[in-house]
Parts: sequence; structure tokens; C-alpha cells
Amino acid sequence: MNTNPNRRYADITGRALLYAALGIMAIYYLLPLALMIVTSFRSMDEIRMGQLIDWPTQLNLDAWRIAWSEAQIGARSERGLQPYFINSMLITLPAVAISTLIGAVNGYVLSFWRFRGSNLFFGLLLFGCFLPFQAILLPHANVLGRMGISGSITGLIFTHVVYGLAFTTLFFRNYYVTLPGELIKAAQLDGAGFWRIFWRIILPLSTPILTVCVIWQFTQVWNDFLFGVTFSDPSSQPVTVGLNNLVNSSTGERRYNVDMAGAIIAALPTLLVYVIAGKYFVRGLTAGSVKG
Amino acid sequence: MSESKTADLTSVAMTPRRNSRMGDTLAYWMPKLVLSPTLIIVLVFFYGFILWTGYLSFTNSRMLPSYDFVGWANYVRLFNNERWFVSLRNLAVYSVLFIVICLAIGLSLAILLDQKIRAEGALRTIYLYPMALSFIVTGTVWKWMLNPQVGIEQFVRSLGWETFRFDWLVDPNFSIYTIVVAAVWQSSGFVMALFLAGLRGVDDSIIKAAQIDGASRFMIYTRIIIPSLRPVFFSAFVMLAHIAIKSFDLALALTGGGPGVSSDLPAIFMYQMSFTRNQMGLGAASAMIMLLTVVAILVPYLYSELRTKKHEH
Amino acid sequence: MASLNITNVEKSFGHTHILKGINMDIQDGEFIILVGPSGCGKSTLMNCIAGLEDVTGGQICIEDHDITGVLPKDRDIAMVFQSYALYPNMNVRKNISFALEIRKLPKAEIEREVERVAKLLQIEHLLDRKPGQLSGGQRQRVAMGRALARHPKIYLFDEPLSNLDAKLRVEMRTEIKKLHQRLGTTIVYVTHDQIEAMTLADRIAVMKDGHIQQFGTPQEVYDNPANRFVAGFMGSPSMNFIDTELVNHEGQVCVKLLVMDQLHYLPTPSSERGLLERVGQKVVLGIRPEQITHVIPHYASNPSTFIVKAKIDVIEPTGPDTLVLVKMNEQEVNCRVEPHEAGKPGETMSLMINMSKTVFFDPITGERL
Repeated sequence: MNTNPNRRYADITGRALLYAALGIMAIYYLLPLALMIVTSFRSMDEIRMGQLIDWPTQLNLDAWRIAWSEAQIGARSERGLQPYFINSMLITLPAVAISTLIGAVNGYVLSFWRFRGSNLFFGLLLFGCFLPFQAILLPHANVLGRMGISGSITGLIFTHVVYGLAFTTLFFRNYYVTLPGELIKAAQLDGAGFWRIFWRIILPLSTPILTVCVIWQFTQVWNDFLFGVTFSDPSSQPVTVGLNNLVNSSTGERRYNVDMAGAIIAALPTLLVYVIAGKYFVRGLTAGSVKG
Repeated sequence: MSESKTADLTSVAMTPRRNSRMGDTLAYWMPKLVLSPTLIIVLVFFYGFILWTGYLSFTNSRMLPSYDFVGWANYVRLFNNERWFVSLRNLAVYSVLFIVICLAIGLSLAILLDQKIRAEGALRTIYLYPMALSFIVTGTVWKWMLNPQVGIEQFVRSLGWETFRFDWLVDPNFSIYTIVVAAVWQSSGFVMALFLAGLRGVDDSIIKAAQIDGASRFMIYTRIIIPSLRPVFFSAFVMLAHIAIKSFDLALALTGGGPGVSSDLPAIFMYQMSFTRNQMGLGAASAMIMLLTVVAILVPYLYSELRTKKHEH
Repeated sequence: MASLNITNVEKSFGHTHILKGINMDIQDGEFIILVGPSGCGKSTLMNCIAGLEDVTGGQICIEDHDITGVLPKDRDIAMVFQSYALYPNMNVRKNISFALEIRKLPKAEIEREVERVAKLLQIEHLLDRKPGQLSGGQRQRVAMGRALARHPKIYLFDEPLSNLDAKLRVEMRTEIKKLHQRLGTTIVYVTHDQIEAMTLADRIAVMKDGHIQQFGTPQEVYDNPANRFVAGFMGSPSMNFIDTELVNHEGQVCVKLLVMDQLHYLPTPSSERGLLERVGQKVVLGIRPEQITHVIPHYASNPSTFIVKAKIDVIEPTGPDTLVLVKMNEQEVNCRVEPHEAGKPGETMSLMINMSKTVFFDPITGERL
């Protein structure tokens, strides 16, 4: 290696600049979250007197308690974000499970059991990934009403499944086309049929893309606001709607600590998912959808 | 997004069998049977509803759908509406800035992170986590930080810089840019992750060949690596465009479309006309314009991408 | 074990015709090899036999039963794939027993079968591993084991050795041959490697453009190619093709050969009938490199051998022989020479041409004369 001192000096300054740049960007991304957390532990008195950026003088959990179970949000009888949070869970878990499963089966058919028109079908479905939901909002509200599930949790689950299918199918289809087709042929000769091949061979190979799909759908459904605000009634509103109402309820003084605690509560499930499984998400996503 | 790949080579024999039994017939129809619920959903809930919305846009529906045909009246009203133009212009400004800045930051961060950095995993998670947040959460946080009375402006002034101004949130000329700031904060890390994975996928031997040819580090990046990331640019663009078009909740939570209507977006316009102002026909017309905008941007792009891909194979 | 009859099989995708009327009658226990350049339809034919693709026309029979429309699982055929297609999520034992489980064999019998196959292929110690933990050669064995466990009527091999390195490929080739000799099963085997074809096959079918060009024993195909394509495809280095002209010289049908400004008249072998009426016409002379050697005194007196002097352009030692490149009729010709007899480039050397095994082709159609 070259041990020329000038060059080594240049290398070291280069590295220092590099780390500095990366560090500054890290602060940029972290600062809002840090402020949220710190503020949620401050009392309103401290906030009134003090600054945007300041350490809490003592760990004050009032804001969390108020956000979770005491704040009056809209005209609801129940208080706090808790019922909204439960609604979100009730909507998200079934919607993610159902849309992922259907997406997996769709992807399996579109990759290994093609028939005349199956590529056209895939193209039609693909457009759904870019569909601005405004274009279906009005008829969908109407149809939910006719189906008798308007404003209910069931209606929201159904909505998320329907409009999540484009992405889940895309994920699985793009992952499955990278699997060798000979696998299916071998299984057919071994005597396995359509479902056996799916359950015994294809699904066990799908862990990477299952992870991607579940994380994607979970964040999409949990973080949804448009469907939540349009197709719910007060008893079925998800936590994003609850948070928005909490922040915008115009009675009295702005309680930033409560707002921030509420924001963290609304963000916690997806944040946990990302911190725990985020690397699998990126890995799987790039294996499946970017390469094509 | 891989389309024309190895189309018929992997597909399996599937015409009806001559001497087939019951089970064989079922086996033959099974794939189509399995796809049919999705097919119905796509036809009814995607395309059927689009047509339905299109139909509504030609009626005088207000609070409830009515089927009295009024021709182009809603569109005429729409394009005579000052607020609609503001929202269209805002969408253009917002999407272009959002997409370009996200691509720039994402690519730069990915290249910086690709220099054999210590703690790369931790940094990646830090850059990426905002993607997990709801736009409502992002809007709530930034609304507070950008609020001149309590946020960054106030903080900097208290440090001694008394004349510091950062009041975009309440300035009608700048309020749309606050949405860009918050959206970039949320999505650029995700673009970084896409680019990083793309960089890792670049064939090592090409880089070695370039080094042997005497190319500098800078040249290797600008002439070889970045051009080979074309598919990643494509994926990132498509995803960002998708996010930009959907940004209804961020604007609502951050600025609420204000001050006034200065940061209004078509999505908010459509929502308010349809659901709070009882102007369903007008709302449907605005939804159709949004849809046509998306189609006008995406279809030529998708088409050219898929076509070049076909040629390459 | 069974006979396989393929009658007029056609296959097209839209307007692309892949198979254009294939006829093959394969006896019980025969080892058949399909060779041909890529895109010739050999893999498609294989898939049609397996039932993985439907035929557009024609008939396929196993043991005189028409199976043309039967699902793959009911054809009783096993296949070894180029990529091995082992199920990555199952260990070796599961891979082998999967088909038996589907066919609902009793547990004890499945176990016995797995043991038998594992022993036969010497993979007993690998049974609990996943395919990802195996080397290429081991995977290949497992893929064969999976096929063997089923006792199918017919085995199909789709380029099973092409993913192995050269040394392993030769080993496995021998092993497949031994296996066939021991089990006496009917095998159809696709390859693009003509050495594999020569060494393994009872009969070879050479395919091109969806047609079978020739179907015969390896020696027949090598010595008596049906046309110029088969002649060029089989054998390495390839047969020499020299454009020349048939003339009547001193009462014999001869070809004109110009080597180093010296015109030679070489008589055609009497076995090549039908050359007489083509006297005066252009033909292509086909001669394998091993028929042009250094002068071996013992053979030189043979009436079908002739000696010419030629200038060496290039030499390529291969170990056992050296290939010498010379010009005849202004065309490059490969000769196979003892290494120590080969001269240096630029030198002149005497070469002995054996005309008894030469063949002749029509210069336009490429058909054998």
C-alpha cells in the first residue's frame, strides 16, 4: 500500500468529512423524533416557560396518560387514543393477513400457471399501484353502504384488502419469477398438484418476500388516513384519525406534550416493526421488486 | 417491475386434456378459479369505479349521487375555480421538488454510506425510520417545529439571533414548501435504501475493469455506477410519484391547506368538495382530472421503460 | 421400464413452430440421446414427453398406451433437471421421499426406498442436509436419487451434467452409464455435449430446427452422417469440409485437391455410390481430421491412402495428438498428427490422406450424396 504521508493525511481528512456529513444527516433525521420523545415527558408548565429544545426537569408521564386515556377527542364518550388504537389493531391485522395471502396465491398463479390473458390481467392490476384513490372514493362509499358495512371495521378491512391487492400481488409475482420454473416441473412430475406445490414448496421459500409484504401492508394500513377518515364512523375510526382530531381539537391551550405523546403512540407499532425487521424489508424489497 | 421476462418458457402445459377425469378438469381450471376474485375486484373496484366516478362528474350530484346529466358543467366550474388552480400548481411544485430532492439526497447518502462505513447498520436504520411513520404523525411534529411562535424560529431567536425568521408555515407564499420539507424528511431515507441496495448489486468486475483502465473514483461513480442504477431510479421514481399523489394526509395535518388555500392540494380539494361541501359532482370532476394527470405521467414512462427492457432481453 | 413411441409430434407457440413432426420409436431399456444446437427443440420435445407442455399435434405412447393428454403426474415419468430443481426447503431425505408420500406409500416402504437409493448413489451421509449445503456433484446425485426412488417407466435427463465442472462431469458420465447398465431402464437424455452423446447413447437423435436430422447408433452417426449439419455437429474438432469438384481421372471418379500449388486427383471410395452421375459438378468433400495424418509407412501402401505435401499454418497440441492446420483448395483443413511428427509453423510436411472414410455433400442443400 501507498504510505505517502500526504496521501494518508488527505485520506484521513476525507474520512472525517465523510463521517461528519453522515452524522449531520443522522441528526436531521433523528431530531424530530428526539424532540417528540423529550417533549412528551415534559409538563405543560415547563413548556410554557421554556424552550423547544430542553430536557425535562423531571420525568413527567402526565402527557402520556392524557393522550392515551383522558383527552377528550371530538364528541366521543370514550376518552383518549386508546379506543382508536384498538380499532387500528382490529383493522390492520386481518387486512394485512388477508391481502398478503391473496397476493401470494395471485403471484403464484401469475408466475407459474400462466394462461392466455394472465399478463394482461397483471398489467391491469399493476395500474392499481398508482391509482389515486380519489378516483374511487365516491363509488366505494356508495358500495360499502349497499353491502351494509359502511362505517364499520369490517368495511375498512375490506377496503384495505381490495386496494392493497395490487401491491401484494406485485411483490409476490416479482419474487416468484426469480425462482426456477424447473422446481414446479419437478414437483408436477412428482405428482404434486396446484395447492400442494403452493403449500409445500413455494410458500416455504417465500419468507423474504412475506416479510416485505407484511411490513409494507402493515405500515400502509396502520398509517392510512384517507380511508380511515372517509369510510369510518366515530366508533370505527383508526388511530391516525384519532391523532388528527386530538391535535386539532380547538378547546383551550395547545398541549404540545400531549400531542407528541399521542404522535408517538400512533407511530409506535410501525416504528417497532421497522427497527426490528427493517433490514429484512430493504433486503427483500430489493431482491424482489427492484432487480426486475 | 419486471415484465416481459422469460414469458412462456416457465409456463406449464394447460390446455384441456382429451381423456381427462373430473379431478384433472378441476386442476385445469384451478389457477383461473383462484384468480377470479381478484379479477372481479380489479374490474369492479378499480375500473368500474373509475367509470362510475367519471359518470358522476357529468351529473349535478351534490350531497347524494344524482343521475341528472349536466354535461361538462362541472369541468367548466372546476377550471373557473381559482382554488383549483392553486391546488394544481401546488401539486406540480410539490411533486417536482419532492421527487428531485428525495432522489438527490437518497443517492448522495447511499454513495456516502457505501464507503465502508463503520456503524452502517445503525445509520441506515436512522435514515430509514421516518418511512415507518404516518403522514399524520409527521405532519403533527413538523407543524409544531415550524410554528414560528414555539418552534425553530423561536428557539434560534432565544439563542440570541433576534432577527431570525423561519415562518414558512404561516406565509402563504411559502407554506407549500413546508410540505416538501416534511415529506422529504419522511421519504428520502427510503430512497437511500433503494439506491444502496442498487449500488451493492453493481457487478464488481466492471468496477475493477474501470480501475485498471485508470478511471478515478469520481469517474467510476458518474460514468459507470450511477448509469447502471437506471432501474433503481425507475423504481424510486414510481414509488415517490405514488407517495406524492397520495399526500393528502400530510398537507391536512401540517398546514390544513392554509394559510387560506395557499397550500391546498387537489386531493384536499376533492375531499372537501365531495364530503364536506356537498359538491359531489365537482369533487368527481376533480378526481377525474387527478386520475388523468397520473395516467399522463405514468403511462408513457412505464411504456418506454418496459419497451427498452424488452429490447434488452 | 417401457417402450416409448413418438409419432408425428408437433409443437408451436402461436406462429413459431418448435417441433415439426417428430417420429421416434424407442425400445424398452434403450439409452437415447437428443443432441442439437440450442433452440433446436430438444428441450421442448423432452417437456412434451414429460407432459409439462402440450403437443400441438401427434401422439406419444408409453408401452402402447396413448398418454398424449395425460397429466404429468399420471405418466409415470421421472426427470432430472439441469438446475437439479431440488426443493430448497426440504432436506435430502424429504426431497427423495416427496413423490412417494404423494403416492401414499406406507412409511416403512418409503424409508426402505430412500435407504436403497441413498446407498446406490452413495449419499447416505447427506440425507439430513438441505440442498443449499451440498456441492454441485452431490446435488446432482440427489436429483438422480429423487428420480430413481420412484421406479418410473421412463427417465428423462435434461442436460444433467452441464452445471458440473469438467472433471466431475466425466466421473458422473461414467456413473450414469454404469447405472443404466445395471438397471436397464429406458432413458431419454438431452445434451449439447457431443462427447456425452457418443459415450452414453445406444442411439443418438440429432435435432435441428424442430426436425430430427438423423437417428442412429453413435458410430453410424459419426461415420455415416446423413447430411452436412450432422457431420459438422458430431466430432471435435469438427469434420473438414472442402469445396471441390468431381472429375473422371484415369477411369476413376476423383476429387481435385490443390495443395501447395500441386494438383492432386484423389479417387473417391467405391462405397460412395451415385458419384458417377455427378462428375463435372461441384461437391463438398467431408473428411475427419483423423483421416489426414503424418505418414505411417505401414499404411502408406494401402490403395486408399495418398500422400501430399503441405505447408503448416498453425499447430495446436492437445496432448495425445497435435492438430495441424494446412490449406487445401485454399481452405483451412485440420489434420490430426502424432505430436513428435508435427513440424513447426511455416515448415512443409508430408500428410497421408485416407480416402476410404470420406463422405460427400451437395454444396447447396448439404444433403449427403
